[in-house]
Amino acid sequence: MELNDFVVSVRDDVAVVRGIDLAIGRGEALGIVGESGCGKSITWLAALRLLGPGVRTGGEVLLDGQDITRLSERELARIRGGRIALIFQDPSSALNPVQRIGTQLREVLHLHRGLRGAAAEGEALRLLDRVGIADGPRRLRQYPHEFSGGMNQRVMIALALAGEPEVLIADEPTTALDATIQAQILDLIRDIRRDSGMGLVLISHDIGVVADLCDRIAVMYAGRIVETGTTHDLLSRPRHPYTIGLLAALPSLDGPRRRLTPIAGTVPAPDRMPPGCAFGPRCRLMIADCRTQTPPLMLAAQDHRAACLRLTDTALMPAMTAPAQVVA
Amino acid sequence: MSPLLRVSDLARQYPVATGAGQRILHAVDGVSFTLSPGRTLGLVGESGCGKSTTAKLVLGLLPATRGRIEFEGQDVSATRNRSWRTLRRRMQLVHQDPLAALDRRLPVGEQIVEPLIVHGLDAGSEARQQKALSLFDAVGLRPDLFSRYPHELSGGQRQRVVLARALILEPGLLVCDEPISALDVSVAAQVINLLQDLQARFNTTYLFISHDLKVVRQIADEVAVMYLGRIVEQGPPEALFHAPAHPYTEALVSAVPTLQRGTGRRIVLRGDPPNPVDRPSGCAFHPRCPRAVARCREEAPLLRPTSDGRMAACHLLPTTTGAVPAAA
Repeated sequence: MELNDFVVSVRDDVAVVRGIDLAIGRGEALGIVGESGCGKSITWLAALRLLGPGVRTGGEVLLDGQDITRLSERELARIRGGRIALIFQDPSSALNPVQRIGTQLREVLHLHRGLRGAAAEGEALRLLDRVGIADGPRRLRQYPHEFSGGMNQRVMIALALAGEPEVLIADEPTTALDATIQAQILDLIRDIRRDSGMGLVLISHDIGVVADLCDRIAVMYAGRIVETGTTHDLLSRPRHPYTIGLLAALPSLDGPRRRLTPIAGTVPAPDRMPPGCAFGPRCRLMIADCRTQTPPLMLAAQDHRAACLRLTDTALMPAMTAPAQVVA
Repeated sequence: MSPLLRVSDLARQYPVATGAGQRILHAVDGVSFTLSPGRTLGLVGESGCGKSTTAKLVLGLLPATRGRIEFEGQDVSATRNRSWRTLRRRMQLVHQDPLAALDRRLPVGEQIVEPLIVHGLDAGSEARQQKALSLFDAVGLRPDLFSRYPHELSGGQRQRVVLARALILEPGLLVCDEPISALDVSVAAQVINLLQDLQARFNTTYLFISHDLKVVRQIADEVAVMYLGRIVEQGPPEALFHAPAHPYTEALVSAVPTLQRGTGRRIVLRGDPPNPVDRPSGCAFHPRCPRAVARCREEAPLLRPTSDGRMAACHLLPTTTGAVPAAA
């Protein structure tokens, strides 16, 4: 899957996603991190045309070389939930509250794989088992309100898997869950990826969650990607001042307790973007050129890019504490 | 030093109508702790563990079913009479959603002054204004924001307004219920640092409630971990988070995704936390505990000092004899 110069604007032509270039290889796990309003969720919802009228997009969204922004609504509907599946933060609002879990699973199996009757029933049971829900025959007859939050997220994952997707887009899939349940769901997604070779786009505000599952990370700020690299490189040698700032602002469970270093100021509103680099006004390394030029993503090291005019200076900044081997 | 707050055997029950008739939900079930002036006790645990109910009980916002709360040597009871109001001046609450805590129709400056009027303090309006402005400055807000409305401020600025309003009464105790959870990483760091600075300046005592262990480790002098209405472990943050004694603390700590370590050592608990209405017999954690033995099913462990000076409620731990409440 590939996004080329993808832009999204909402009412009155306010650009909220301002030119994204991203590629996810087959079976790759890509993490998208950033703070509220950076466009990390809206990018993917808009790419799959899931936002209402009034939202305009530009650029390409390629799936195996085919631009899905040019597809008819009918053709795109076959891809959504089929080759590309989505799961969201709040599973109970994504599930139909008045339909049994089994009905919802069988609908997807019919729609995307043409399964009916006993074949659909058997596959629904296999999927529930795959996501760790025991007592399948009884569970299929139950409604979402009879499940806990963690169990509903497992159901959502089963629904996503029903279409045998090539890419799973998971938008804050564990944010609403308790820590011990989050650990269960992260492990489940990891196992499924290992078995199926499915690609993953994991959108999260929590860098820890993303580091846990992803091979590569893209950091977004104010509608743009400001840095991408392998999880290890990006966390151990961040090169964009925003990424450096985010990591310094994060409290940790390990190492000595130190005073946090916050990033001054706040994120600019989409209709009040500063000229030049959007992070400029909050950046300690800002120079005059940052006010006039919008830096493109530039090669910072092998397989590591950052959108900053002062890359040579951020290379000299001390390394962050190196993360341990990140198991993807 | 004599404690500012002493909580003994605090409990709160709710009658719940279930299919099987009336049952009792033990939201808080025998919690004891003390808190010395200028210190911070962190209360952690997953949803439904009783940490927020404990906060409401401490403030006398909710009557306790059992137990005793002493604040500055006086009994706190949820009577809402004159003496309770006098006490409440000295104990303030800051919760997760600053927008809900503020009046949308009133400029923020007026809202900071309001507690002084409500409690009949500082007769002169000039003096009140001066005091509010000095607190505005103490929480790091520009004076020109004084006449703005809540919706004109960012999330971080609103939380600062809430803090200024709580501090204008010079409270001895600030109960913070998830004060950082709605804020983005870069802004959360600003508020965490601010809380630490305010404590250093005003010698305020914090009861700090959060599900985020990293934030609690950053700010707390002492941490209590709650599970199903009881404290299962209590001690200094470094001891609890680096060498947890209770199997639940151990699982909770290992479930936190961090940048520094991989997922190899993660302990994934099975299942969801039990419903507090169906509190398991013996140790409430035993159905999910990887190390439970027969005794855990039958006998509830008491919170007792362990050999290294912290407190833990687990049959499997070597303990010293005699139970004494630990002081924060």
